[in-house]
Amino acid sequence: MSLLLKNISLPLAHFTLEVDVDVQKHVTAVFGPSGAGKTSLLDLIAGLRAAQSVFIQLDDRVLTDTAKGLFVPTHQRGIGYVPQDLALFPHLSVRRNLLYGHKSGGPENPLFSLEHVIEVLEIEPLISRGVTELSGGEKQRVALARALLASPRLLLLDEPLASLDAPLKAKIIPYLARVRDEFQIPMLCVTHDRFEALTLADEIIVLVDGKVMQTGPVSEVFTRPANAEVARLVAVETLQPGNVTNVNEGLATVSVNCATLTALAPPTPSREVFVCIRGEDVILQRDAATTSSVRNRLPARIVALRAEGALVRVELDAGFPLFALVTRPACAELALREGESITALIKAPAIHLVPR
Amino acid sequence: MTAEEWQIVWFTAWVSALSTLAILPFGLALAWALARRDWPGKSLVETFVSLPLVMPPVATGLILLKILGRRGAIGGFLHNQLNLDIIFTWRAVLIALGVMSFPLLVHFARVAFEEVNPRLEQIARTLGASGWRVFFTITIPLAARGIIAGMILAFARALGEFGATIMVAGNIPGKTSTLSLSIFQDVQLGDDTHAFRLLGVSVVMAFVAVWCSQLLMRRKGKM
Repeated sequence: MSLLLKNISLPLAHFTLEVDVDVQKHVTAVFGPSGAGKTSLLDLIAGLRAAQSVFIQLDDRVLTDTAKGLFVPTHQRGIGYVPQDLALFPHLSVRRNLLYGHKSGGPENPLFSLEHVIEVLEIEPLISRGVTELSGGEKQRVALARALLASPRLLLLDEPLASLDAPLKAKIIPYLARVRDEFQIPMLCVTHDRFEALTLADEIIVLVDGKVMQTGPVSEVFTRPANAEVARLVAVETLQPGNVTNVNEGLATVSVNCATLTALAPPTPSREVFVCIRGEDVILQRDAATTSSVRNRLPARIVALRAEGALVRVELDAGFPLFALVTRPACAELALREGESITALIKAPAIHLVPR
Repeated sequence: MTAEEWQIVWFTAWVSALSTLAILPFGLALAWALARRDWPGKSLVETFVSLPLVMPPVATGLILLKILGRRGAIGGFLHNQLNLDIIFTWRAVLIALGVMSFPLLVHFARVAFEEVNPRLEQIARTLGASGWRVFFTITIPLAARGIIAGMILAFARALGEFGATIMVAGNIPGKTSTLSLSIFQDVQLGDDTHAFRLLGVSVVMAFVAVWCSQLLMRRKGKM
């Protein structure tokens, strides 16, 4: 799929949304803090909002071109939209919500048949209920199913997990992943949660105050932020692929290259994970002998030191690239030098495992 | 009740109902445009529509009389082109009732439309529904309670209309006499028993209308 967003200029309350990107990947996350213009961007793509200057092309079809005065009405765009508040129709049953956009009769793609969608999202038991009788997670699945049943060519998801608490999030993520894999619909997913972006997306567009700060593969953006603003947003200095080898009593053993780490097991069991460690969670220690509650003690070699304001970013080789952030006085006290050996301590809860 | 009284009751009921139905499409269209769109002259139209609510009904009636009379703009056209007379016929009653109850319908329907979450309408459009389909399957059902309340109040307003009706339709027995006009006339002529019988009927009609609306509201509320 190819979604071309060009020359977008939309004045909002505090800034102007300016976007110029070419989205090629299957699942792309629009990532940014709240109020960055993410929802406005989705509204523009869906044709729910007009702007002075917009060019939007989905595959070979131009949807909006203000220069030529072209605007395909929303209902002819074939773009599914699951908004943050889900917008289930309160006066209709779950079944009638699902069938609202479903075209019955005619040559139908069996992938988007009612039976198949209901099966994938497991909503059979909900179908005759009223919308108001559903729980948050159930509503989420019904809204997703409703959008899918209209056989969209692109699916827009606005903060699909933001309104759910942690256990529910863990339940919904597999459904989103199933939708992604089962229906092969390109998805554009707005989020302000970096782990959500990491779990679902191939590519990420970082949006801050209406401006695109960086685009690229998720792991690249997270480990090599283009500027300080993006770095502050993503704030994950270490991001490495790893494999969960064992889960015992809520603790996971993860192998990363030749190192082995202990972390809290992720809510959704997955063998292949991204290991995320923030720089300030890595403690450096000279002598390795002392005992403490810290689960992970990694012998490491200092590769590079870089001053960043009051902090020093220490690049380590602990069997995998590991970054630590320490204060300047700490750096001086420990007399850190490139090439030296040191022990890196990381508490198990400070290691985030994100399914990949 | 005499046959003449039944005729008055029947005429008042059906002309009120018909006027409510006649203003419904216009009222809904205007209410929707006021609730959902911004356009030049909007506040002017708003004010104009509310006028019959605040002006003396007799003054509104006089305006209608001037417009709809044989020498008036619309009345003259209808008389010359279609040989159709409005003033002092049942049609004048219908128009007077419609004009007087129109603001109530528009007001209630507008509030009802404003309470419908526009996001629901937008998402319905992303599901492939055209503007009309969204209006009839999302907007109207979700605004139904307010619209029905507006219709019942418009109907009730029409039942009791006096000032504008007497200006444009007179009080012609068997032709344009409504409940209000007859009660007034009977009291004027000292025929109290007649007036009281019609009063009783008025009370019953008002009671049934309000009662029906409450039943409807309660059922809708359970949805």
